Amino acid sequence: MELRLSEDQEFIARTAADFVKEKSPLARVRELRDKGDAIGFSRALWKEMAGLGWPGILYPEALGGAGLGFAELVLVMEELGRTLAPEPFLSTVLLAGQALARSGDEAKMKAWLPKICAGDAVLTLAHQEAGGRYDLDAVSTTAKANGAGHRLDGEKIQVLDGHVADALLIPAQTDGGIALFLLPAATTKGLTITRQQRLDGRGVALVKLEGVEAGPETQLGAPGAGRALLHDAVDRACVGLCAEMLGAMQQAFALSLAHLKEREQFGAPIGSFQALKHRAADIFIEIELCKSAVMAAARALDADSPEVPALVSLAKAKCSDGLILAANEGVQFFGGVGMTDEYDIGFYLKRARAAELSFGDAAHHRARWATLAGY
Amino acid sequence: MSEASPRKTSDETGFREATRVWLLENCPPSLQGKSQVAIWGGRKWRPENPDERVWLERAASKGFSAPMWPVAYGGGGLSKAQNKVLLSLLRELRIPLPLVGFGLTMIGPTLLQYGTEAQKREHLTRIARGEVLWCQGYSEPGAGSDLAGLQCRAEEDGDEYIINGSKIWTSNADAADWIFCLVRTDPDAPKHEGITFLLMDMDQPGVTVRPIKLISGSSPFCETFFNDARALKANVVHKVNAGWTVAKALLGHERSMIADAFGVGGTGGTKRVSLAERARRYLPSDKSGRLGDPVLRDAIAQSEINARAFALTVQRSKDGMRAGHNPGPESSMFKVYGTELNMARHELMVRIAGPQALGWEGAGFEADELALTRDWLRTRGNSIEGGTSEVQRNVIAKRVLGLPD
Repeated sequence: MELRLSEDQEFIARTAADFVKEKSPLARVRELRDKGDAIGFSRALWKEMAGLGWPGILYPEALGGAGLGFAELVLVMEELGRTLAPEPFLSTVLLAGQALARSGDEAKMKAWLPKICAGDAVLTLAHQEAGGRYDLDAVSTTAKANGAGHRLDGEKIQVLDGHVADALLIPAQTDGGIALFLLPAATTKGLTITRQQRLDGRGVALVKLEGVEAGPETQLGAPGAGRALLHDAVDRACVGLCAEMLGAMQQAFALSLAHLKEREQFGAPIGSFQALKHRAADIFIEIELCKSAVMAAARALDADSPEVPALVSLAKAKCSDGLILAANEGVQFFGGVGMTDEYDIGFYLKRARAAELSFGDAAHHRARWATLAGY
Repeated sequence: MSEASPRKTSDETGFREATRVWLLENCPPSLQGKSQVAIWGGRKWRPENPDERVWLERAASKGFSAPMWPVAYGGGGLSKAQNKVLLSLLRELRIPLPLVGFGLTMIGPTLLQYGTEAQKREHLTRIARGEVLWCQGYSEPGAGSDLAGLQCRAEEDGDEYIINGSKIWTSNADAADWIFCLVRTDPDAPKHEGITFLLMDMDQPGVTVRPIKLISGSSPFCETFFNDARALKANVVHKVNAGWTVAKALLGHERSMIADAFGVGGTGGTKRVSLAERARRYLPSDKSGRLGDPVLRDAIAQSEINARAFALTVQRSKDGMRAGHNPGPESSMFKVYGTELNMARHELMVRIAGPQALGWEGAGFEADELALTRDWLRTRGNSIEGGTSEVQRNVIAKRVLGLPD
């Protein structure tokens, strides 16, 4: 595994950086929040990103994708993460897209992946329930045999982009374990979707299922494959989230450094004080470690390495702690104005918490690392 | 006569095979499988096993004691790739390095960069043959982190300098033959501009050495005193009063050596038994094999994750260098993090061992437990020696992050 970017990869990263600078400043996220935007992201910009091929990076050319890998996708997501871009990569491209792509269900792949690649569909996977914390197997939503299909009852929480999804993947307990059901949002009876307001503004929804009749055509993949699809999709989304977090921590740190150089107290820039310099140096080191962790996890996924679960957990443990550090220290560096809504650093503090507590926090992933290592 | 010299073989496989044969034929059997043996060389060297001298002499005449140095200075003239092959063979056959020490890792590379032709011919050749053991005279009792504040004086006297003052933390000074020293030659110049880099023979009446005992027990450290000691002017490296430039170059060699030792594969003290294995010895597990102490389990995972993330970062830096990126001041990061990781790991080993980590000597403790006590104490110096963590953080803040003075 070579830990450096190829020329093509450097080009992708530069393109994404330029795009973000020009089209997706943090001010856009602030504006969406302030006007209480019902969607929570820009469909027009999502379409533009699709024009650059980003939602399709992972998917085969035959289905409208670019046939590249995670090594490339994380570069784009890192840049988008710098300004907390809210477009639906995690929900559509990773959670739902990866479950579909790994299911071997040709019909569903052909029906949805081209639309995902074109930026024409929003999909999601409802991986969380109340009280389940980070245990993906804690699924209490039931799928009872009902004729040729199933009848679904239960509730899912904080479903990413659930309020605007064209279709939702719902994990539910069948007699044969966890299965995933792909339900169109508009036409499924018994489905109630309510937008939730999260501190970081990322669009999430409560999804209630009451006597939902799910025909046999809605079940994804072979019977018994649901659990593995769920775990794999969440691991892949987790790496995407880590890339976003890596971008966010670098931006929070860049804002902090600029402030340390500019703000004067006691007749000197506060960045000249050793108490702050040393903390900045520690943040720099943690960010460098996170860069390596994300790069390694992405390459492991592309190589289908047996180390995937361990490296995903390594990346999430490091990025959770790294982003929290950069954001907490960022607010402290800014001082009083860091507490005001007017300054951007607070957006990173909120995103840091939200990202830390998504797909498992650092302690969860350290415990998983230990289990994988046999202790 | 054996086959053609390996350094003329461009084919790596050919070099590997020829070298393997040479190593097996020339390394005395009593040293094969003994990779832990450290061969220091020097005038005062009296190895317990006389074969160590045989091995050093054979390897030196082959150029394998300083594999990448030019042949003209006693080296082997090997390419990077060939050197890698040689090292991997030594590891594989568990044959000790023919020679270790500051001559090879610190003053040698510095002389290659800054030495005169005469200095290179004299000193490098003797280093490569293991005839002279070197020690380092940098820190002083009054000049630690503020190294440039050093006071050890050197005054001209004909062809010579007369040196007065003292140096501290001079590792292995009691065994060393020569010392490379920073001395003040212009007390009136700004502190960085009055320093000269000087080489000095230790075997003279004006030099005395006192070993230093550390909190962990015995140590290689010494304090070295100069009382009208003498050095030839011909042994000034680079220019008079330009020693700081040389000093920094040498510190770069030292830091990369330390980072290597703590980074990938290095032990930096206690042997690499996994933390989980240690924990099994001292802590109960539940039925599923999970460690019963969730706090220590989390701490072990954290330590392993940090170590792996660090190893990946070292690899990323090396991969980047191969692609032509120069290593910059961010190498200070490797010194800070590598040493602090090693310290945290030792703290954790002590917590895992519990009361068994308290042994100093004698009955009731296993040998590795007694070693852990000493190793842990010794690691407390990791963030101090070779430039404190605080100095490294200053370097990162100033030269990487651009924060103002």
